[in-house]
Amino acid sequence: MKLGYYPGCSLKGGSREYKESVVAVCRKFDIHLVEVPDWNCCGATAAHNMNKELSLALPARILAQAESAGLDEIVVPCAACYNRLKVTQHEMAHQPELAEKVKAILGMEYKGSTSILNIIQLIEKYILPNLDDHYYRPFNYKAACYYGCLLVRPHSILQFDRAEDPQTMDEAIRKIGGTPVDWEFKVECCGAGMSVSRTDLVAKLTGKVVENALYRKAEVIIVACPMCHSNLDMRRPDVNKYLGVETTIPVLYITQAIGLAVGIDEKTLGLQRHFVPVHLPERNEIVDMPAELVTTQGKEE
Amino acid sequence: MSSVQHQVQKKGSLMEEILDSREISVQKCYQCGKCSAGCPVAEDMDYPPSVIMRMVQTEDKAMEEAALRSMTIWLCVTCETCAARCPMEIDIPGVMDYLRQRSYEKGMANPKANHIISFHKAFLDSIDYTGRLYELGLIVDYKMRSFQLQQDVDLAPGMIARGKLGFFPELIKGRKNMTDIFRKTLHKKGGLK
Repeated sequence: MKLGYYPGCSLKGGSREYKESVVAVCRKFDIHLVEVPDWNCCGATAAHNMNKELSLALPARILAQAESAGLDEIVVPCAACYNRLKVTQHEMAHQPELAEKVKAILGMEYKGSTSILNIIQLIEKYILPNLDDHYYRPFNYKAACYYGCLLVRPHSILQFDRAEDPQTMDEAIRKIGGTPVDWEFKVECCGAGMSVSRTDLVAKLTGKVVENALYRKAEVIIVACPMCHSNLDMRRPDVNKYLGVETTIPVLYITQAIGLAVGIDEKTLGLQRHFVPVHLPERNEIVDMPAELVTTQGKEE
Repeated sequence: MSSVQHQVQKKGSLMEEILDSREISVQKCYQCGKCSAGCPVAEDMDYPPSVIMRMVQTEDKAMEEAALRSMTIWLCVTCETCAARCPMEIDIPGVMDYLRQRSYEKGMANPKANHIISFHKAFLDSIDYTGRLYELGLIVDYKMRSFQLQQDVDLAPGMIARGKLGFFPELIKGRKNMTDIFRKTLHKKGGLK
């Protein structure tokens, strides 16, 4: 089957292993991804921080391009792009005056009819129902499923999963043989867009996420957002400095975990591109939390 | 039954502007403090989110200016936790977006937010020129603007080794379209409300 696809800038650059794993898993399940023609950046945090109309016009152009190519349904693997596209579609639909203004800025036909899927929705809709056909080996690890902000909030617009304790990613991990851990930081913020301009803040916010995942004895953190990933993975030295401990828990995209479970090799899934090496322990071996962190968490409890 | 007729006089306050242009009612806030309690960056802010809401509610010029000059509005990461927990369902991140935009347009942005704003501007310029984000260009541009020349240079070799740093920007065909969008929004003369 054919499915529209908006990769976004991160997947073309620093998060190319996310793209590689999305494409590999889709290929395995006979999903032919058709890129939105001549797509542009969604504007991300920068646009809505600086200018409202710009933050709507950029995603609207993407949706207009998808419409003109006849793509009724598109998957948007990047949680940030997904959020911007959904919010734009919602605001354009519910604020007619604003919509007219944005359409005038855009100078293109825009209907707002495209159905937008995030990666978990793609997995629920097209992968899990056919999992048995390709199941190769269990992803037998204790996993902290990290949703972050943009997949689940604002709930009134996205209408996806639950805002405080989402379960869809946990369910996907369970289906491929993993054990999702119950933890407190699954929807906390990693600091996202501040990665470059306020690395100290990101180290703190992301540090708390890593700390809690380890406290709940997770062996791997699973994400569905390039920004969560880069903060948890590429920024790990800053995170470790904040925590005062050398943490080594790897961070995998949900599509990489599924890819392993359906027998796609590590290189195709881009596991070698992570900064924190992915050495998943032998089955049933659980990595203990560093002693220093046990004490700090114990004090808070 | 009788209804009291109020003579509504426009004060030209931020609260009115936010209601008129964004359809967000700051007035509905009754100071429960849930937004501040759940905000992951509240402890780094000069005023927690609920205090910013109160400052806007006062419709007092000095209070409004303090909100516009605050560091809070730039530290807000738009994680939407506050909005998810607000009992009055107020779009608090939308208020922050509005205050940021006004603060920037009025030249009132907190000097300590310079790095954050430099990053946003470098990011948007990259999109304006090429249509897509060019990460290497963004970092170089940010360094030039913020004078953070040494920052993250140790990351570059690792990124190159992992094939994560492209050396050439991707140019989209609709660049004229992009330039038009920027000209009608961010680069519009006189700024936007």
